[in-house]
Amino acid sequence: MLLTSTTTDPAAFAAATGWAVKPEGACRADMCVPLPDDVHVDGGLDVTVLADRLGMPVLRDDDHGLVALGPATVVGRALETAEAPELELPDADGNPFRLSSLHGKKVLLVAWASW
Amino acid sequence: MWQALRTELAPPGVEVVTVALDTGGIDAAGPFIAAASPEHPSLIDEAHVSAERFGFVNVPNAVWIDEAGMVVRPSHPAHVKVSNLRQIEVTPDMGYLGEMLTELQKFNVDAATYLEAMRDWVEHGADSRWALSPDQVVEASRPRPREHAEAAAAFELGQHLHRAGHPDDAVAWFKRAHELHPENWTYKRQAWTFVTTPEGQPSDLIQADNDVYGTSWLDEVRRLGPETYYEPFGS
Repeated sequence: MLLTSTTTDPAAFAAATGWAVKPEGACRADMCVPLPDDVHVDGGLDVTVLADRLGMPVLRDDDHGLVALGPATVVGRALETAEAPELELPDADGNPFRLSSLHGKKVLLVAWASW
Repeated sequence: MWQALRTELAPPGVEVVTVALDTGGIDAAGPFIAAASPEHPSLIDEAHVSAERFGFVNVPNAVWIDEAGMVVRPSHPAHVKVSNLRQIEVTPDMGYLGEMLTELQKFNVDAATYLEAMRDWVEHGADSRWALSPDQVVEASRPRPREHAEAAAAFELGQHLHRAGHPDDAVAWFKRAHELHPENWTYKRQAWTFVTTPEGQPSDLIQADNDVYGTSWLDEVRRLGPETYYEPFGS
């Protein structure tokens, strides 16, 4: 997740990371990680607190004013749960496509590249 | 290739979704998609979001997702066809290309087993021996130690800066990603292609030694071992 400050709003954080901030903590599927009260700051959520609790590395590029938040490492696996992460990307015509729109079908999701 | 599989799998209720991991976006991936005339969703992933979320580290990599939206087979090499490059007899006069083919022909690729497994899952669903339980899926998904997560953040900075018109500034972040997660070929091949692709060409599959990264596809395959390029399916 790329940011220009260490504050973000809950919706943006959830969309970028899959972790929703709820009263019981940062939650993904049926897993919740408790959060301290100081995660809530003026303007939203303190990313450094979230990063600490979820094991997300934080990198800064001061020349370009960017903060990059790596994926969570609380489970130590690429998938924290078997529930497929949401994925919204443009198709080749530029139309947005959500992976969850295929619920009810088996899906083979294949990554390829031109390189 | 994927369209042919889609034609076979669509009647029993399977959808194929392809994701192009291309920071160059539709300009890079578009000609290949147009040539394939796909009937399935063909997505463009400039920021490699899908790779981070699902754990793709090379191409082709795939996941299987069931009707309830649950992953039943986490990221794995997905070969449905044996490349013609594997059939070429390497001769001394081939030079550098011959050296590449020699290493490529050592890769773990078993398209027959993969297709058999997929067809078994399509027919038997959760009862297929290839479909994993939720706990098994998490355990079989790729390890994500702290350094791999940091590599993902570094790669995100690199590809963002490249797309934002700062390709020189992106290099240091790409290098950091390569150092932190050397087994991740998408990080390497995506970055290398920006400096090795000849002017006017759509891509560069050779990715030879270059001054910017000081290494090449061939050097890295030899350093890590060609048998690690793709893990055997089912391992």
